Amino acid sequence: MRLGRGARITLGAITVLILGVIYLPLFVVGVNSFSTSQSLSWPPPGFTLEWWGKAFRSAGALEALLTSVQVAVVATAVALILGTLISLALQRFDFFGKNVVNLLVILPIALPGIVTGIALNNFFRTIMGVPLSIWTVVIAHGTFTIVTVFNNVIARLRRLGTSYEEASADLGAGIWTTFRLVTFPQLRSALFAGGLLAFALSFDEIIVTTFTAGQGVTTLPIFILNNMFRPNQAPIVSVIAVVLVLISIVPIYIAQRLTSEEGQKR
Amino acid sequence: MPRPRGTAARKGSVFLSSHPRVRLALLIAAPLFWLGVVYIIALVLLLVTAFWSVDSFTGEINQTLTFDNIITVITGALYQTVTLRTVGIALAVTVIDVAIALPIAFFMAKVANNRTRRLLVIAVLMPLWASYLVKAYAWRSVLSSEGILEWMLAPIGGHTPGYGVTATIITLSYLWLPYVILPIFAGFDRVPDSMLEASSDLGGKTWRTLRLVVLPLVWPAIIAGTIFSFSLSLGDYITVNIVGGASQMLGNLVYTNVGAANNLPLAAAIALIPIVIIFGYLALVRRTGALDNL
Amino acid sequence: MKRTNKMRTGAAFSAIALASSALLVLSGCSSSGSSEVKMLDKLGENEGAVSILAWPGYVEDGSTDPAVDWVTPFEEETGCKVTTKVFGTSDEAFSLMKTGEYDVVSASGDASLRLVAAGEVAPVNTDLIPNYEGIFDFLKMREWNSVDGVSYGVPHGYGANLLQYRTDIVTPAPTSWSAVFEKDSPYKGKVTAYDSPIYIADAALYLMKTKPELEITNPYALDEKQLAAAVELLKEQRVNIGEYWSDYLKQAQAFTSGDSVVGTSWQVIAGMLQGEGAPVEAILPEEGATGWSDTWMVSSKAQHPNCAYAWLNYIASPEANATATEYFGEAPSNQAACDFRSEGSCEAYHAGDAEYAKQIWYWTTPIAECVDGRTDVKCTDYAQWTTAWSEIKG
Repeated sequence: MRLGRGARITLGAITVLILGVIYLPLFVVGVNSFSTSQSLSWPPPGFTLEWWGKAFRSAGALEALLTSVQVAVVATAVALILGTLISLALQRFDFFGKNVVNLLVILPIALPGIVTGIALNNFFRTIMGVPLSIWTVVIAHGTFTIVTVFNNVIARLRRLGTSYEEASADLGAGIWTTFRLVTFPQLRSALFAGGLLAFALSFDEIIVTTFTAGQGVTTLPIFILNNMFRPNQAPIVSVIAVVLVLISIVPIYIAQRLTSEEGQKR
Repeated sequence: MPRPRGTAARKGSVFLSSHPRVRLALLIAAPLFWLGVVYIIALVLLLVTAFWSVDSFTGEINQTLTFDNIITVITGALYQTVTLRTVGIALAVTVIDVAIALPIAFFMAKVANNRTRRLLVIAVLMPLWASYLVKAYAWRSVLSSEGILEWMLAPIGGHTPGYGVTATIITLSYLWLPYVILPIFAGFDRVPDSMLEASSDLGGKTWRTLRLVVLPLVWPAIIAGTIFSFSLSLGDYITVNIVGGASQMLGNLVYTNVGAANNLPLAAAIALIPIVIIFGYLALVRRTGALDNL
Repeated sequence: MKRTNKMRTGAAFSAIALASSALLVLSGCSSSGSSEVKMLDKLGENEGAVSILAWPGYVEDGSTDPAVDWVTPFEEETGCKVTTKVFGTSDEAFSLMKTGEYDVVSASGDASLRLVAAGEVAPVNTDLIPNYEGIFDFLKMREWNSVDGVSYGVPHGYGANLLQYRTDIVTPAPTSWSAVFEKDSPYKGKVTAYDSPIYIADAALYLMKTKPELEITNPYALDEKQLAAAVELLKEQRVNIGEYWSDYLKQAQAFTSGDSVVGTSWQVIAGMLQGEGAPVEAILPEEGATGWSDTWMVSSKAQHPNCAYAWLNYIASPEANATATEYFGEAPSNQAACDFRSEGSCEAYHAGDAEYAKQIWYWTTPIAECVDGRTDVKCTDYAQWTTAWSEIKG
């Protein structure tokens, strides 16, 4: 399709505009992290580095960050394994109830977080009698992040077809060897993209987390929420957000490199 | 390719090759166990709870069958109003997100060169990490009557919508936008350039090509995006607390009944509303065949 | 507040306790083995750990701000390692306590009676808490922290839900809650109210003073008719409401930007705004106000009862009480605490001012047995208030 120059420029302009809107609130957050106003009033009455200093000395923030990373890493691992298994099953096999399984994967993300939250809370506490802990959060997060890996992997599998795998099998490679040497390398960037999204979903989740976190389990979003109720902490939260956005460039960049390298090979 | 060896692994592999059912079972057992045991059982038990009641003195749940909660939820004017408002917000958010995501995703996938594309994906993904709450509070600041939006719009005679349903729609659209852009971008990315060229070689006008060739191909991706924005909006109760003024959504009612009233049965009955809506929505998009391609 | 109904509350409680124990048996849930929740009669050795459920800012160990830390001295002194979970609303506290995972909770009055009724907290033997002696008398053995003459905890800090307004916009300066309840408010869309069912009591308090024919004597004891009147008033108010608030930041932001100009607030918010130079004033209106008096309570399933008592004693000590209540922004409960608070902070919060405190109707959980002592009617309980609140918001 040949887009006219005008169309390209229009699209480009729209894109720039959208990005502008996307970054406007982040700009506000960035400015607020230097604001002298504890109520984040706008425009800031003055500027200070106080909050940056305080944020980096805040053991609570650091601990919450670590908790969030731990939860997200384990939940992502779970999602990667289960998501890959289930997409292989659904893409490579035809069986009765396939649609139901498909629905089952989508359901935890499709149903509102508060439903998932109270259902799991009720299940863990009253039915199973397990005290809430960091593991209940991990289980909950693992459940609703499966779908991001599943989406990415199954799309890739569909595009790949089975010809390479058949060739591998014809050449006498076993199932495991074929997976390791043929299927997996082709899935790598899809897994990375799905995993990254799963990580992001888990990292920023607050509603399900509220209902499944045990005592002393403070993920970063919960830490932030608590600070909204605490005097004199609001700007520190802005600092944390700015730092996170900056740090996040690294994994996203890697994911992009992986994908586009494959794109060039294609 | 390593030479086949006569090991146990090799034998297992041969066995599995000739027994696809076993292969399937091995693949699907763990995920099914996880989703079935953890999620489905939890969900079913929650639904059962909707048919129980709670003792108002002690907060203990009384496990005798009653339809009171269901009847309250179906007939109560409050629940109808709030359901309508919530669905309206979720639909508006979804429409806005798709409308914004389509051009930017198309630009990223089909117009931008590799370098620009990489930068754009990073630019779209980065806000995901700025924490839901921080972004919601940022919008609170942007939308306030002395906020940056008022400051920008005042010279051209515009005004900030202030806090309320509109603010909630704007903020939720903003929060879920990356989750809608990404699948649609991936969808456009999967449309082979050759197909577009073939269409235009055959004389297809740009718009026609888009509508007849591209849209059917990215439709499943759009649906995937809408599932995110629709369902995430449907269950939200935090954003509406922050920018929604005095409004409440279904999520708030569920939350109040779990927390304040300590009435899990009623909360479960209210939770049935979004569950039914989502199932309806999924059934609708399934009919279009979109889910099979998800 | 004149209280003549302690006995009756006690009687009411016995009925609840009976009902609850019966239910416990019925539902086959034997959490503690016996339906009677026992009081500790002597202290043993500290268990080395204690888990505390608290309002944000009540238990600070320096992790939020290294300069704000009164947990470490406690840990060093007693050897009890503290783990904390914070909650945002009384309702959240109540549901978290039901997990039985916490030894101690800082309960406001709108949670405390519910916790007692549900058997989640144990009576507290104040003889084992030397610092209990130093607590203001007007906070001891009140209907939200004691039942039947038995103490259920140690008072922590207290404050009033004040009427806050923008001095540059709201003129003349209001002196009455009519500023937020009048029908044709000139501040339509800029009135704010606290987002909780317990706010119904604010409306009831206003009606108590302005509509004597309703015969409301206690804003937490409303029969069906009185509740309906309060709901009616709040529905009228709903039209003028810009937003309901529940967190500190939201309220502070709204008053700075002028999105809210008049409504309920806390002294700590007003103080912070004034510190930033915002034209804001907060007053105790002529009708009096609702307020809170928080209580440190001990779980009936406490795994670390000795450390729990150690915490209750520590946090009631003048210095710890002063630090914690000043950081949170409320009046201390310990008489000597003002010696340790910063200059002028006790005055701002009217600490120990019994006359001022008299005008505060502290949050109390509404229950079916009227807390004002009436026996001829059934009062509306918190569940009904919650439903009503959802309907008011609409």
